[in-house]
Amino acid sequence: MKLVDLQTIAENEVDFQRSYKHRINVCSSSGCILFGALKILKAFKDAVKEFGLEKECKVARTGCIGTCSVGPAVLIEPGDYLYQNVSTEKVREIVRDHIVLGLPIKEMLYKNESFFKKQKRLVLKNAGKIDPHRIQDYIAMGGYSALVKCLATMTPQGVICEVTSSGLRGRGGAGFPTGQKWSLVARAHSSPKYIVANLDEGDPGVFANRTLAEADPHAILEGMLIAAYAIGAEKGYLYIRAEYPLAIQTLQKAIAQARSMSLLGDSILETPFKFNVELRLGAGAFIAGEETAILASIEGKRAMPKPRPPYPATYGLWGKPTLIQNVETLANIPMIVLNGGLWFSKTGTTECTGTKCFSLTGNINNPGLIEVSMGTTLREVVFDIGGGVQNERNFKAVLVGGPSGGCLPEALLDQPIDYESLKSVGAIMGSGGIVVLDDGSCMVDTAKFFTEFCVEESCGKCTPCRAGLARVKEIFEAITKGSARLEDITTLEKVSAYIMDASLCGLGQTAPNPVITTLRYFKNEYLQHITEKTCQAGKCFKKEEGEQKQ
Amino acid sequence: MDLKNVGDASVGGIFLAKDDNRRMLLEKTLKEYNYEGSSLLEILHKAQGIYGFLDKKLLMDISQSLSLPPSHVLGVATFYSYFNLEKPGDHIVTGCLGTACYVKGVEDIMQAIENEFKIKRGKTTADGKLSLFVTRCIGACAMSPAVIVDDEVVGKSTKEIVIKKIKHLLKGGENIETS
Repeated sequence: MKLVDLQTIAENEVDFQRSYKHRINVCSSSGCILFGALKILKAFKDAVKEFGLEKECKVARTGCIGTCSVGPAVLIEPGDYLYQNVSTEKVREIVRDHIVLGLPIKEMLYKNESFFKKQKRLVLKNAGKIDPHRIQDYIAMGGYSALVKCLATMTPQGVICEVTSSGLRGRGGAGFPTGQKWSLVARAHSSPKYIVANLDEGDPGVFANRTLAEADPHAILEGMLIAAYAIGAEKGYLYIRAEYPLAIQTLQKAIAQARSMSLLGDSILETPFKFNVELRLGAGAFIAGEETAILASIEGKRAMPKPRPPYPATYGLWGKPTLIQNVETLANIPMIVLNGGLWFSKTGTTECTGTKCFSLTGNINNPGLIEVSMGTTLREVVFDIGGGVQNERNFKAVLVGGPSGGCLPEALLDQPIDYESLKSVGAIMGSGGIVVLDDGSCMVDTAKFFTEFCVEESCGKCTPCRAGLARVKEIFEAITKGSARLEDITTLEKVSAYIMDASLCGLGQTAPNPVITTLRYFKNEYLQHITEKTCQAGKCFKKEEGEQKQ
Repeated sequence: MDLKNVGDASVGGIFLAKDDNRRMLLEKTLKEYNYEGSSLLEILHKAQGIYGFLDKKLLMDISQSLSLPPSHVLGVATFYSYFNLEKPGDHIVTGCLGTACYVKGVEDIMQAIENEFKIKRGKTTADGKLSLFVTRCIGACAMSPAVIVDDEVVGKSTKEIVIKKIKHLLKGGENIETS
C-alpha cells in the first residue's frame, strides 16, 4: 500500500460512515463489560434488525466513554446522547423511541454535564467514538495521516523539532521533556536502536493507560511509528501488564491490522522506512514500570533497576540506544505532528503543556476516566468533574500519584495539576491516579497500606528501600496496634528521608511520600493513635480485638 | 517449593513426556521465540497457561530448552507475582487489593472469606478445593471493591455476595452471575 492509498481508504470510510444516519456506540471497555456491555451490544444489533434499520443505523463497540460508574454506557450519534445504566430490557425501547420516533428518552440520559464540561479531550478524542477493533475507524478520524505527513514531508530532525517545540513532557510521571529525550537517542551513535512503549501501569488505583489502549490502540502505534522514524529505530516493544487481557487483545489485533496494511513491517507504505512492534507481557511487578527495570524484564530477567548513568538513551536494551516512553506520551505525538508544536503548546501551562489523563476513583460520585488541561486544579477535578464525595460524607484527602504519591488535604485542593506544583506539596503526577478519600478513612491506615504495597513490590536490590521500608512498616504496625511511642514519629521521619535520599530508583525515592504527606497534613491522627490508642475511623486496633475474642 | 533437586544435573533429561499434547504446545511457543533466553517471560506465561502452574520439572525443562541456568529461571519465576509455583485449588478467589478497592473495604471481604472458609490468603485449602489470592489492582476501580471468583469479576462486591458465590461453587454449582 502506498501513501496515497491511505487517503483513499480514509475518504471511502468517511463516505461509508456518513451513509448511516445514526451510530450507536456501546462502551465495551473492561469496566462496562463487567456490567454486561457485550449483551447490550448484541441486544442493540438485534433491535436494529427487528426494526429493519440496518442500513441507517450502525451499532459499534467502542472503548471507554469515561463515565465508568453508570455502565453500561451507550453513546448515540449524532447529538452525543449518552445513555446510562442501559439494560438489555431497555434496548428495544431506546431504538424505538430515539431512532424510529426521534424522541430521545430523557430520563435515561446521563445528566451530569459538568463531568465533561471541565475536561479537555485530546488524547481521548477517539475514546468512545471509534471501534478500536477496526483500523478503518481510526483512519477515518484522520488516523495515520500524521505518519504520512512525516514520511512524505518531514525529516527525522524536523519531527524532533516539532515535538520539542510542543513542550510535551513524559506522561509516565517524571515529566522529562520528550523532544530532548528523542534528540538524545537520535544522536546516539550505536545501532540498532529500540523503542519501548511502557504500559505497565502497576500503580493500584490507576487504569488510564489501560483504557487508552482499549479505546484507541492505533494512536499508540502511530506515536511509536513516528518516534521510530524520528530517532531511527527499527524495532519496538510494547510492554503491557498481563493483568489487562482486553487491552492485550485489542493491541494484538491493532498490530495485525497495521501490519496487513503495510503500516508496520519492512517497507512501510512503500517507503524505505521499516519498523516492527512486538508485544511483551509483564508479570505482576510494580517495579517493572521503572525505565531500567522494564529493560531487564524485556531481556527476560528479573525486573531490577540499574544505576544511571549510563541512561537508556545511550545504553538501553542489550546495550543499545533505547527510547522509553509511556503510551500516553506516544498517543500525544500524532496530533503534535498534524497541528504543530505551537498549537499543542497553547493548551496547559507554560511549563507544562497539553493535557493529562487520570483515573478518578475512591469515595467519589462520578468515578471514571478523565482528561484535563495541565493547570486544572484538584478542586475542579474532585468537585466539578468528580461530583464530590459520595454518600454525603465529607472530603478528607485526595491521593495523587498512586502508592508513592501524596495524600493532600482540602486546604491544598486549589493546587494546579502540573509536575512541579504537585511535587512541591509532596505528591507526584505518577502515571495518572487520583483517589478520593472520605472522612471514614484513617490516614495512618492508608499510609500503612501504601507502605505494605511498596514493601512487597520493592525488588530488594538496594538496602535503603528494602530494609528502610521494612522498618517503616514495623513502626506502622506498632502504631496501629497501640504499642508505639511518640519517638517513633521522629524515627518514621528520619527513615523516610533516608529512603528517599539513598534509594537507587524511583520506587524507593518516592515510596515514603504517603508517609511524609500524612505526617505533614494529618499528624493529629498519628498522635491520637499513639497517645489515646484510638482510631476515629475505626480501621485500626481491630485485629487485636479479634484476637482477644478468639 | 522444594529446591532440593533444582540445578542437580542428575535430574536432567526430558522431564515431560514428548508426546504430551501440552508439551507439544509449549514446544511450538519455544520455536516461535527461537529458543531465545530473552523470551523467558513469554515462555513462562505460555507454560502457566498450558499447565496451570509452574512446577519444578517444568521450570527445569524450560531452563534446558532456553539454555539458561536453572537458578536464573527460578529467580525470574519467583520474582514476578503473576507466576504460580504451586498447584492452585479447583476454584480460585482473588481479592483486588488496589487502592480504590481498599478504600471501599475489600479488606473486610477478604477477612470474611478467610474466617468463613478457614483459609489464609496465598494458600489453598487442605482438600485442594479453594485457593485465596490477592492481586494489586485489576484496573476495574470504578467497580470497586472487586473480587474475582474463578473467571468472573464481581464488581461492587459485598462479603455476603462473594461468600454465597463461593459456597455455591464449592457445592459443585456453576458460577452464578450477579449482574
